[in-house]
Amino acid sequence: MDVLWAVLVQPFVDMVSAPDFLLQVLWDGFVGGVLYALIALGFVLIFKASGIFNFAQGIMVVFAALTLVGLYALGMPAWVALGLTLVVMFVLAVAVERLVLRPLVNQPDIILFMATIGLTYFLIGLGEFVFGGEPKVMITEALGLPTGMREWEVFGGVVFFQEIDIAAAAIAIVMVVGIGVFFHYTRIGRALRAVADDHQAALSVGISLEQIWVIVWFTAGVVALATGIMWGARSDVSFALQIIALKALPVLILGGFTSIPGAIVGGLIIGIGEKLGEIYWGPLIGGGIESWLAYVIALVFLLFRPQGLFGERIIERV
Amino acid sequence: MTLKRTLTATVLAGAMAAFAAAPAFAEGLYIPLLTYRTGPFANSGIPIANGMNDYLQMLNERDGGIGGVKIVIEECETGYDTQKGVECYEAVKGKKPLFMNPWSTGITLAVIPKANVDHIPVLSMAYGLSAAAEGETFPWVFNPPMTYWDGASAVIKYIGEQEGGLDNLKGKKIGYLFLDAGYGREPIPLLQDLATKYGFELLQYPVPAQEMQNQSSQWLNVRRDKPDYMVMWGWGAMNPTAVKEAAKIRYPMDKFIGVWWAGGEDDARPAGAGAVGYKTLNFNGVGPNYPALQDIKTHVVDKGMSKVDAAKFGENLYNRGVYNSVLMAEAIRNAQTLAGKPDVTAEDVRKGMETLEISAERLKEIGLDGFMTPLKLSCTDHSGHHDVYVQQWDGTTWKPVSDWFAPMTDVVEPLLKASAADYVSKNQPWPARAEPCS
Repeated sequence: MDVLWAVLVQPFVDMVSAPDFLLQVLWDGFVGGVLYALIALGFVLIFKASGIFNFAQGIMVVFAALTLVGLYALGMPAWVALGLTLVVMFVLAVAVERLVLRPLVNQPDIILFMATIGLTYFLIGLGEFVFGGEPKVMITEALGLPTGMREWEVFGGVVFFQEIDIAAAAIAIVMVVGIGVFFHYTRIGRALRAVADDHQAALSVGISLEQIWVIVWFTAGVVALATGIMWGARSDVSFALQIIALKALPVLILGGFTSIPGAIVGGLIIGIGEKLGEIYWGPLIGGGIESWLAYVIALVFLLFRPQGLFGERIIERV
Repeated sequence: MTLKRTLTATVLAGAMAAFAAAPAFAEGLYIPLLTYRTGPFANSGIPIANGMNDYLQMLNERDGGIGGVKIVIEECETGYDTQKGVECYEAVKGKKPLFMNPWSTGITLAVIPKANVDHIPVLSMAYGLSAAAEGETFPWVFNPPMTYWDGASAVIKYIGEQEGGLDNLKGKKIGYLFLDAGYGREPIPLLQDLATKYGFELLQYPVPAQEMQNQSSQWLNVRRDKPDYMVMWGWGAMNPTAVKEAAKIRYPMDKFIGVWWAGGEDDARPAGAGAVGYKTLNFNGVGPNYPALQDIKTHVVDKGMSKVDAAKFGENLYNRGVYNSVLMAEAIRNAQTLAGKPDVTAEDVRKGMETLEISAERLKEIGLDGFMTPLKLSCTDHSGHHDVYVQQWDGTTWKPVSDWFAPMTDVVEPLLKASAADYVSKNQPWPARAEPCS
């Protein structure tokens, strides 16, 4: 009976008895979810265009952030460094298309997946060779991003809002809307969706697969840069950041590998769900449940929607 | 086709000749260093690797090695990964190493049984298995100047002093934030024991390695639980994230105390002004103003033989790496005296460690006066349970805020003996020491 009380009643009593703290948990979960969604977005873009699960997305986050900080350290103004980092990510996209994807056209998906693993280790090595393994401090203030903290006195308590978290949420929302609009209402966007639906059919109507791949990898690079700036500001810029990319997996399982809205909604469900779970139910079993709870949440959803929340239902008739 | 075959044969023959010409073991005093300059823990691993390398390199450059024999240094990159660490161990053990420096509690735990068979001294300086301080049980493992259990007891002793006595800990809450790995879990039994003894509540906040840079849940729990003090056993990217998160929830930084491995400048610096007041244990001096450090600068750094960033020369973890190499160098020197020959073996070095005494006079001689406390090991005590001090971050550098003080050796030693006996019972057949200590 005590166990049932502790699992089914006490957490809700705790939520109601300290509503300001609940608000803090929800806000932290929301911010975490938005950042997970950003990482997942990078995966979704590439998966939609090429059917590849891009294992290198995590290291792209680190590589982009290190490039930005590294260029700034050379004495460039922050916005110049940002522009040059975008150029580097574009060059990377072109190189990936020319050297990795193009030679492997028509190969099974698993070969392309393995190629992205190779790309991961190449970028790790290149990043460590160029920038070294030491952590770097993100140039948050130089980029004009806010670093202060706001307080909201509510329900007899206080809720803290980091301004960088507010900025992260705003930037993520703008990026998601921007990418959504771009891919839905522009020629290139329509071409991308055509490629995503059927490579052969897209080729037959004159869509350049190579061009689309470059655009998509570059867009994923831009998303990686935004992710790197936000996560780097919360901690520091180091190779440990690539592990964060693993957080996108349950988001993708939940939201579907091909859906941009799925990445957003999935990210928020995972972000808020794991925080609530860790804070209110975690202590019952010693804490530290966050890392696997995300997968449990995703798997529970899969029981009811195997294709993910927004994934395309695949029906094969025999 | 013929040309291709000829070329292939030539290349193969050349490779075989080169392999045959390579010595079966390194010439000189061979010291492999298991380091990590890459991966998620590189921010902690790089300064230590630089410090270790540079001190040994300085001895080569300034003195021609130790006792006239050159030191052969070889790094093996582990990435702080236990499996890779064991691979490194296997790769270097055939070259007759005088020491094995695992630089990871996980790797240390994995190589302890191997070193016992291979007869290689394992130096796990203030990390690894605490019970390895028991020389009767672990003749090949050394963990000076103190164990994690000493460190945990020292933190509690310090907190007790802040509260006006250990008895005043009754009813207090002490949070323990730790890397959820062998390293972070190691002091838990001791902390639990002390919690029972002094009546404080121990709240545990594990941080999985994959969540090192995503600790908001742990710190939300801290905010809810309101522990009176926070103790951290962090490493790598976990440390700067924790300091930032603590500042974010406005945890009083002077009540947040890290172990000596959470005291790098790069652990506190990223949090800016928010980190001011953060404290950690320490057992070495910080800064470049020691004659030995200046010798490193002259003979190694200024000659472009070091990988250290000039601005980070003399920082805390760099000096920690120097400390590690000082221990090895002094043990080798001692072994050379005991064996009466400069070209010592691993067995000689083990004996050198077991009779190692670095007095205050000796510290002055080697240019490290005030850098560390005098150190003494014995056959039965491979740790020494030496003194520590508390340092505090002032926004730009670490400042000592306590005198050197001893850990609670009276509490720790009986537990170490029990733990060593427990280890032996769980790892049967555990070989008995070849020659008893007394």
